Amino acid sequence: MLSKKQLFTRGMLDVAPHMLSVIPFGIICGAIGIELGFNPYLVYGMSIIIFGGASQIVFLQLISGGASSLIAATSVGVINSRHLLYGAVLSEYLEKLSFIKKLLISYLVVDQGFAESNKFFKKNKSEQYLHYHLIGTGSTLWVCWQISTLAGIILGSFVPEELGLKFAIPLTFIAIIVQDLKKIDHVIVMLVCGISSLLFFDAPFKSYIIISPIVALFAAALLLRFKK
Amino acid sequence: MTWLSIIIAGILTYFTRMTMIALVSRDMLGDRIKAVLAYVPSAVFPAIIFPAIFINDYGTFIEMNDPKIFGAIVAIVVGYFSKNVIATILSGLISYWIILFF
Repeated sequence: MLSKKQLFTRGMLDVAPHMLSVIPFGIICGAIGIELGFNPYLVYGMSIIIFGGASQIVFLQLISGGASSLIAATSVGVINSRHLLYGAVLSEYLEKLSFIKKLLISYLVVDQGFAESNKFFKKNKSEQYLHYHLIGTGSTLWVCWQISTLAGIILGSFVPEELGLKFAIPLTFIAIIVQDLKKIDHVIVMLVCGISSLLFFDAPFKSYIIISPIVALFAAALLLRFKK
Repeated sequence: MTWLSIIIAGILTYFTRMTMIALVSRDMLGDRIKAVLAYVPSAVFPAIIFPAIFINDYGTFIEMNDPKIFGAIVAIVVGYFSKNVIATILSGLISYWIILFF
């Protein structure tokens, strides 16, 4: 049985490699806000209030492009609706927590933290303080996101755009799912999701990001039926 | 006005994070649903990966000789065999840069 501190540290270490993509992305996010002419406090406030990488950039781009604040806020909600799926997966492991703890820990659920903690949870179901792993991944990502967006706001885009560091984002997610390429059912689900995301890319409010996972989960349900 | 919409966006985002964790209990999810939920990473992350590789900043499809495709293939091969996140990201970025700059 691991202690709370051990689990927290393990979470930090498991998510640490993803800083290679999170930090440049945070810098880009902060710098874009300033380039588009937003108040620095506002750009930074988003990192605390919304705390969701891609959705923050979309929000700034929509507002500066003249979209209404209602459309901008709705888009953020739609883009981040994928967290509903993460929550559904995590709820099984977090159900013993008190309601207040569930409310607090929810704030820290983000893509890479969910992915790494979920991998750990699957292998260590019997640990008593499992949620400390999620706190470890989530708070590491939170701190790095705050520092890197702040750096982008203060220093501007000191990461040259020609380097194309945005490309680190898909690479981080490739690293997360690449081992599942061993399983043919997962490969099919990934292809269904990926191809749908390209087909629905122009759907309103960036909704491709939730439509294609739903399509892919239906495909997964069908596959499970065939397996039986 | 913008502050207000950020706060609304923040509340919406928080609700997407909190709803399922705080309000769903194990008994509400049947075995079938749990089996489907095991596919969530494979069903969600390609929706981030594919557009980031195949669609450029202007919302159109990239050319087939785009360096991002080469970088992604290298990252997949290196990631598959190394099982290492840092090696996956760095190999993808470096191979992308090699094609981009040389």
